[in-house]
Amino acid sequence: MITLSAVTKNYSSEVAIGPVDLTIPNGGVTALVGPNGAGKSTLLTMIGRLMGMDEGTIEIAGYDIAKTNSKDLAKIVSILRQENHFVTRLTVRQLVGFGRFPHSKGRLTRVDEDMISQSIDFLGLTDLEGRYLDELSGGQRQRAYVAMVLAQDTDYVLLDEPLNNLDMRHSVQMMQHLHRAARELGRTVVIVLHDINFAGHYADRICAVKDGQVVQHGTSDEIMRDEVLSHVFDTPVKVIAGPHGPLAVYY
Amino acid sequence: MLDSHTSDTRTVGRRLEGRRPTGRLFTWPLLLGLIGTVGLVVLSLFVGVYDIFGAEDGGEMFAITRIPRTVALVLAGAAMAMCGLVMQLLTQNRFVEPTTTGTTEWAGLGLLLVMIVWPDSSLLVKMTFAVLTAFLGTMIFFAFLRRVTLRSSVIVPIVGMMLGAVVGAVSTFIALQTDMLQSMGIWFAGSFTSVLRGQYEPLWAVAVIVIVIFIAADRFTVAGLGEEIATNVGLNYNQVLLLGTGLIAIATGIVTVVVGNLPFLGLIVPNIVSMFRGDDLRSNLPWVCLLGISIVTVCDIIGRTIIMPFEVPVSLILAIIGAAVFIALLLRQRRRG
Amino acid sequence: MAERIPNTQPAEASAGTAEQAAPPVPEARTGVEQSPGFPTARSANRPTGTPTGAAARRRSTGALLDPVDGHSLSPRSVHKPLGGGSRLASPNRRHAGPLPTGRAKRRYWSVFAVLAVLAILTTAGSLVWDNPMPLGTDGFWLIAQMRATNLVIIAIVAFCQAIATVSFQTVANNRIITPSIMGFESLYRLVQTGSVFLFGGLGLVMMTGTLQFFLQIVLMVVFAGLLYGWLLSGKYGNLQIMLLIGIILGGGLGALATFMQRLLTPSEFDLLTARLIGSIANADASYLALAIPLAAAAGGVLWFGSTRLNVLALGRETAVNLGVDHRRQTILVLLLVSVLMAVSTALVGPMTFFGFLVAMIAYQLADTHDHRYIFPMSWLIGFVVLAGAHFALKNFFYAEGSVGVIIEIVGGTFFLIYILRKGRL
Repeated sequence: MITLSAVTKNYSSEVAIGPVDLTIPNGGVTALVGPNGAGKSTLLTMIGRLMGMDEGTIEIAGYDIAKTNSKDLAKIVSILRQENHFVTRLTVRQLVGFGRFPHSKGRLTRVDEDMISQSIDFLGLTDLEGRYLDELSGGQRQRAYVAMVLAQDTDYVLLDEPLNNLDMRHSVQMMQHLHRAARELGRTVVIVLHDINFAGHYADRICAVKDGQVVQHGTSDEIMRDEVLSHVFDTPVKVIAGPHGPLAVYY
Repeated sequence: MLDSHTSDTRTVGRRLEGRRPTGRLFTWPLLLGLIGTVGLVVLSLFVGVYDIFGAEDGGEMFAITRIPRTVALVLAGAAMAMCGLVMQLLTQNRFVEPTTTGTTEWAGLGLLLVMIVWPDSSLLVKMTFAVLTAFLGTMIFFAFLRRVTLRSSVIVPIVGMMLGAVVGAVSTFIALQTDMLQSMGIWFAGSFTSVLRGQYEPLWAVAVIVIVIFIAADRFTVAGLGEEIATNVGLNYNQVLLLGTGLIAIATGIVTVVVGNLPFLGLIVPNIVSMFRGDDLRSNLPWVCLLGISIVTVCDIIGRTIIMPFEVPVSLILAIIGAAVFIALLLRQRRRG
Repeated sequence: MAERIPNTQPAEASAGTAEQAAPPVPEARTGVEQSPGFPTARSANRPTGTPTGAAARRRSTGALLDPVDGHSLSPRSVHKPLGGGSRLASPNRRHAGPLPTGRAKRRYWSVFAVLAVLAILTTAGSLVWDNPMPLGTDGFWLIAQMRATNLVIIAIVAFCQAIATVSFQTVANNRIITPSIMGFESLYRLVQTGSVFLFGGLGLVMMTGTLQFFLQIVLMVVFAGLLYGWLLSGKYGNLQIMLLIGIILGGGLGALATFMQRLLTPSEFDLLTARLIGSIANADASYLALAIPLAAAAGGVLWFGSTRLNVLALGRETAVNLGVDHRRQTILVLLLVSVLMAVSTALVGPMTFFGFLVAMIAYQLADTHDHRYIFPMSWLIGFVVLAGAHFALKNFFYAEGSVGVIIEIVGGTFFLIYILRKGRL
């Protein structure tokens, strides 16, 4: 369970987050949605302790992230940001191997290697594992990063817009992988999404963020409604019944 | 395409927001600024060890040293400040100017080479060489900016100063082999002490450069947004870039040969002006000019008076003041994230 | 998707854990909530290092199915991966080592062997070549011993510069900067110039001695420590701005030194010049007693922290995600780097681009991200370059004094070529 209590963060007089109170239960996929600049990524980054907050507390599985040793947190929660560029040249397998650092401290054991293999196979990168990251397409690289956070073997996985720069096919594949990670590996996945329909279909819960506040939080069915989405996005949205569930139409 | 502008889009945004009716170039504050600058310049005319009123050849000394020196202050100050502005426009990076891109070191290298190969050459030949190497160096820096994707605007001056250090190391080596290390140090340290009648006249060329910058400033802004945007609005990107580089090289080369290095001047002046006035380029231009003149004049007056009857080179004072202002700017930027 | 999930369910269930709350049918969106007390209880054992609940479950599942090859039959691998592609024929060979293929391994070790041979040759050459005494006599050994001291100094300088530059570039996440421009050398220049300025030629004599050597190192490390402490701690710590401020402060100190140099008499200036250019001749054998332990301690800590440096190389966010205290580690590494740079600079004088040159060659030749492999390679390269240049310039070009400058020029040229290549910084 991820619990945020009265979390605030002030960038400048114009941009401020919070106070946010939010409880994300264990299991399944939770999507953070909202308009540009609403503070979705900032919230996620604060949960992943990459950015400090001004006030409030965040607890993950009962651990206060501000007080818990970062080493121990790395075995509980992993976070992947949008932009990932490394100076060093790494193969896919070496990158995924870094996911084992919290457990192995860089000296990979047999168990670590098995875990790495599983992550790579899980994301369909088996044939690409010896390739260097700069030789991959954007979609493949994104999967490699996700494989790394999965190899970290944490119960909580936070992903910041993993569908950015992915085309339709790769976006669908990515969401299917994440959905399976939640289902089959028992992970709690929290993900920032831009496309409300991806959220509606693949997420178990949706948390709508607007102007630095959580305005709606509930199951996908509860959020995928005309009045809720129209309010969150400040745009007339109509939810219709699609072949695989509700679809938001806004153009 | 110059990628550094991505990190400085804020600059561009503010420039657009801060737009106010153009055309009215002369306003009351500007007039006050002008009066203040003229006051400083006049003060500079009358500060010095030599008693120009008491001594009988006072008038002559005034004409030989004081007037040339003050004219040099005005021209060098204005030119270097404007050069900094042009470089910042072209790169869309606030931390760029001839000292942080290696341009000054390249000019120094050219000067050194011509002094070794052709020791008795005229000032004009020396200048030509310094201008040529400064041009080459600035082009290398721009080539670097075009080829490399940058994550942070702060990387640009770091690489530029590394580049300057490399060129400086080459100069040191050459100077060492030819026993010119100490005289090189004297040449490069910017100082107005040796500016006398008959030696400073080439500086008038930089007055032309200041005027050209006034005319072409808008083009530099557009070019700074990148090759694609510039071409889109019908601007010949490479031409503008060459023009800008040429102007910077000529100004830096001439000032380096006649006066020496004026560190950080081109960096702090445009930044201070935009801090107080926002980023409206057109109406900032005269302010950059005036502030450049004022700062150099003040530093020179300090240098002349602080250990009278000796002089501290203006470059040392500028380096200290400039470094302090630069660091303050960086810390401000850091707070904004 | 939906028809695959049941495949795994029995295996998951056989593991007998209580985490089966999540129903296999994707349409069911509710019911994933677990009992509130559970996660805390599960995670309570984490900090002690025992495998996590999920991992334990997975491993035990694998072991149940196939104790020999844990992963090949574990539930996940039953799936055909969505991205297509089949399993490798020989799963035992899959590993994420620093040198991923046999070819990479052979390449690394053969390069290493060649460099080692070169190092031995230059060492032997430096000791024996042009030794005026007949081989084997006491005089021969006496001269060889004196030359050996120089080689030890070269080895220390190569070690300091190589380890410091590689580590510095790693924490700065930037492969075109060197720690030497961070003000150490300007400080050294200022101290040396200042002593001549104040005391004339006598000043340089006063600056010689083990205590003075030690004080110079302390001065440089304190300067660096204050800078890092000021700029990296606090809410707005930013490494790149710290780098730039370091360079600017260095420039300011340099300007002050240049000003003082103007006021020196030419003869005093000549005395000073020798000190301001990196040269093995500046070192004194008596400094070694202090330089070796300092370099070994600082370099050793960095070397043993190689795996942490590997993570720091991935940038702040990834490093924090992997549980590395990024700010603390960065400051620690920078302090150790400053000790190494201070030792090297105080020993032989400024060598601005030597470290850059060595690190750049080392990345090319080692071709791995792992510092455990980059460090030895870079040290060896540093030694071969410095000792080789020294040997060649001394015996063939009779220009022993210009070793430092020649290396600067070569390093600087490489720098120019390097920044004009396409890349990302």
